[in-house]
Amino acid sequence: MTGLAEHIGKCDVTFTVNGKLETVRVYPMERLLDVLRHELELTGAKEGCGEGECGSCSVLMDGKLVNSCLIPALQAAGASLITIEGVADGPQLGALQAAFLECGGAQCGICTPGMILASRQLLSKNAEPSRNEIREALAGNLCRCTGYMQIFESVAEAARRSNSNSTSNSRANSNEIESR
Amino acid sequence: MTAETIIGKSVPRKEGRDKVTGAARYIDDMTLPAMLYGATVRSQIPRGVIKQISFDRQFDWSEFTVVTAKDIPGKNCIALIGDDQPCLADGRVNHPEEPILLLAHADPHLLRKAVNAVAIEYEALPAIFTIEESERRSQVIWGTDNIFKTYLIDKGDVEGIWSLADYIVEGEYTTGAQEQLYIENNGVIAAYDADSGITIWGSLQCPYYVHKALMALCSLVEDKVRVVQMETGGAFGGKEDYPSIIAGHAALLAMKSGRPVKIIYDRMEDMTATTKRHPSRTRHRTAVSKNGKILGGEVDFTIDGGAYATLSSVVLSRGTIHAGGPYYWPNVRIHAKAVATNAPPHGAFRGFGAPQSLFAMERHMDRIAQVVGLSPIEFRRRNFLKPGQTTTTEQTIREEIDLGTLLDRALDLSDYSARKTRFAKENTAGPVKKGMGIAAFLHGAGFTGSGERYLASVVGVEACGDGKSTIRVLVSSTEFGQGTNTVLCQIAAEALALPYEWVQIAQADTNQVPNSGPTVASRTAMVVGNLVRSAALGIKQTLIASGLLGATYSPEEFRAACRRHIVAHGELRSFARYDAPPGVFWDDQKYRGEAYAAFAWAVYVAEVAVDLSTYSATVEDFVALQEVGKVLHPILAKGQIVGGVAQGIGYALYEKVVWQNGRMQNGQMTNYIMPTSADLPSIRVFFEEMGNVHGAYGAKGIGELPMDGPAPAIVNAIEDALGVRFNSIPLLPEDIFEAVAVKPEAELELPHGKR
Repeated sequence: MTGLAEHIGKCDVTFTVNGKLETVRVYPMERLLDVLRHELELTGAKEGCGEGECGSCSVLMDGKLVNSCLIPALQAAGASLITIEGVADGPQLGALQAAFLECGGAQCGICTPGMILASRQLLSKNAEPSRNEIREALAGNLCRCTGYMQIFESVAEAARRSNSNSTSNSRANSNEIESR
Repeated sequence: MTAETIIGKSVPRKEGRDKVTGAARYIDDMTLPAMLYGATVRSQIPRGVIKQISFDRQFDWSEFTVVTAKDIPGKNCIALIGDDQPCLADGRVNHPEEPILLLAHADPHLLRKAVNAVAIEYEALPAIFTIEESERRSQVIWGTDNIFKTYLIDKGDVEGIWSLADYIVEGEYTTGAQEQLYIENNGVIAAYDADSGITIWGSLQCPYYVHKALMALCSLVEDKVRVVQMETGGAFGGKEDYPSIIAGHAALLAMKSGRPVKIIYDRMEDMTATTKRHPSRTRHRTAVSKNGKILGGEVDFTIDGGAYATLSSVVLSRGTIHAGGPYYWPNVRIHAKAVATNAPPHGAFRGFGAPQSLFAMERHMDRIAQVVGLSPIEFRRRNFLKPGQTTTTEQTIREEIDLGTLLDRALDLSDYSARKTRFAKENTAGPVKKGMGIAAFLHGAGFTGSGERYLASVVGVEACGDGKSTIRVLVSSTEFGQGTNTVLCQIAAEALALPYEWVQIAQADTNQVPNSGPTVASRTAMVVGNLVRSAALGIKQTLIASGLLGATYSPEEFRAACRRHIVAHGELRSFARYDAPPGVFWDDQKYRGEAYAAFAWAVYVAEVAVDLSTYSATVEDFVALQEVGKVLHPILAKGQIVGGVAQGIGYALYEKVVWQNGRMQNGQMTNYIMPTSADLPSIRVFFEEMGNVHGAYGAKGIGELPMDGPAPAIVNAIEDALGVRFNSIPLLPEDIFEAVAVKPEAELELPHGKR
């Protein structure tokens, strides 16, 4: 690294990502999005606008949906993060992922990681959201392909499946988030 | 044989699993060893002569790779249709954001500062920014007359109709630019070495367009240019021609630096520098009889192409052919032209000229209905094209299409009459006024006229014999969300009676796949799909002819036969080339004949509420009914329609490009507003299959159709709600305020009387 990089000191930042403790040596004001993508090779979070408008870089930080393009690395110190890479249980897709796949919730796929995490946050607070509650909860995540209807259907379907199986993974995960 | 058909089933999207797990690899997810980052120094003025380029001495420029037009090994142009657009400005600039100079460095943060440390001195020249300024020719900025292209469609005897007319109705309609706003910005990586030449990985629609452009730019032969499409995060036409430019830039930097170079635009660069939908102006003058029949008319359709020709001639062509809508015109003359202005070139965006001319047509239909004293429904019904009649290009409609039935069903599904009556009553009280609007329209599938014959697309199907990949489809047709991978695999599986899971599709890599043409023009399912079917059947015929396979077989027998053939002969591939059906007539000079192999047809109904305390218009219900032939995959098809309608709602009510001196001023997602999940109504999608057989298993084009109808349906509904006429989109609250509150008299224009 040259120029700019030499003038500002890097520091160690430690946080948990998808259940794994990670320490990265980064500039304190580096965007969490870049840290995830470049240092940890978690490229599921995408940059769509770089100003917190599109939600493609959404991750869950201590159970809250955040735009990782707006979070300085230092702010994530000690936090527990969930990215799209941490949603599936090994080869088993999470309920939301399966529903997005089956109901047409993903087209080009670029907003999908953020959309699934926003949906996960919603279902963690509200297991049976109405159509309007889904609309409101996802309004910070832009999708240019789907016109949102099949995303709503995906979320409703995932909720329905989770509720019909009270011991399902997604319910267990939801409780886990709420307890943090 | 698999007994069940795969066509018409919503099988899982081929690359869907990778998309929902975050494993899908987009261009910015890829890194190469020793890779540099590239950036572009762009023009800050709309038009002028470059006097001097100077570099801030604070920087150690020896660390940077710097490329100017002088470094271009081949021709300094982006080879597409014409070759007027330079890859890098050489001596003069013709629009804001025109690329002048390229920089590469290992540190992307430093690179951004370096871009600002390059100072360019210009001698500014007067510039022009509107269709009207371009027409006046006070400045000639392109060719001898500022005109990229003109067309004339002349059917019947237009001169003779005016004296027979009971009514002559005139109108002028305009549409604004629209940003494609794919959520993944443009991006590429280029790598170069003398042995293998240039390789491009990128977010793109048309690998072979980039291939052609780079051969000319870098002066390389065919097999020294390789283009690989990465997972592409939305395109909508916006990644049809522009990737050739950004790939060219990365290639030049890679050739000069000897290292791989990645260029990823940020949102503002993508919005201000790359293409948008062409702004348009359409003038109609229509002769109508007292019983509500169109006798004929004149249409003047003009689009603003920006500073270089790029795709404007073909956008204009499609807009021109669609200008008459789904109606019968016994006599019509359509003058069309694309003009130059000092803005970044406008380009492809879903619908490709048709949303512009159809907005005008469908607004004008409501206008004529008012003048004649018929309902918008009845006036359309009396003029719908019927089988056996001819379009404006004198193409005979051979499809079994019944637009009256389509209209009735759309009215029924939207509860049109009851709601219209109810709103008329309720609108007398309170600030919220509601209205119903319709649009009827058509969209031609595939390239226009002789286009498919010239393209002569080739598709390959390869037998692999592996469990998960018994068959591989080889096409340059790309997936960018619409479902190309899935539908083409479905078609191959159906043709060979194999499970869908046994069919895979190759990555669109010009070293691996033949040129199946660009992924544009709603042609993939219909045209490429048919070729996939032919190529797949070729595999089966080979296996049967060589005695390895019986006439009826199980998938396992088919797979075993493939393996035996591969063992004996090394490989088994089958290719199919497009062959124009016999008897298709198209005259490029007179713009007459069979414009499209098939049309999709639709009637859309919008219910809109306008709140006169905020002047905002909201779509409250939307019914989209269409005939697109056989629906190959209901979930994908519905997704295409809903997504297109959402973009159409944005086009009508939200998405305004604010221009100043040819530059977009609101190049951010915070100030260019596309619909969010909270802004859209329930979009209800219905298909009518009228038994037409065109492409593979009866599919016609679908992708662009839903972009055409929403804007006119919505504006028609707003007029129904307020009784005020609006002829321009986007229609924002301030425009409604202006018309309703500020100058109501101006809009109380009386209908033209009988002449």
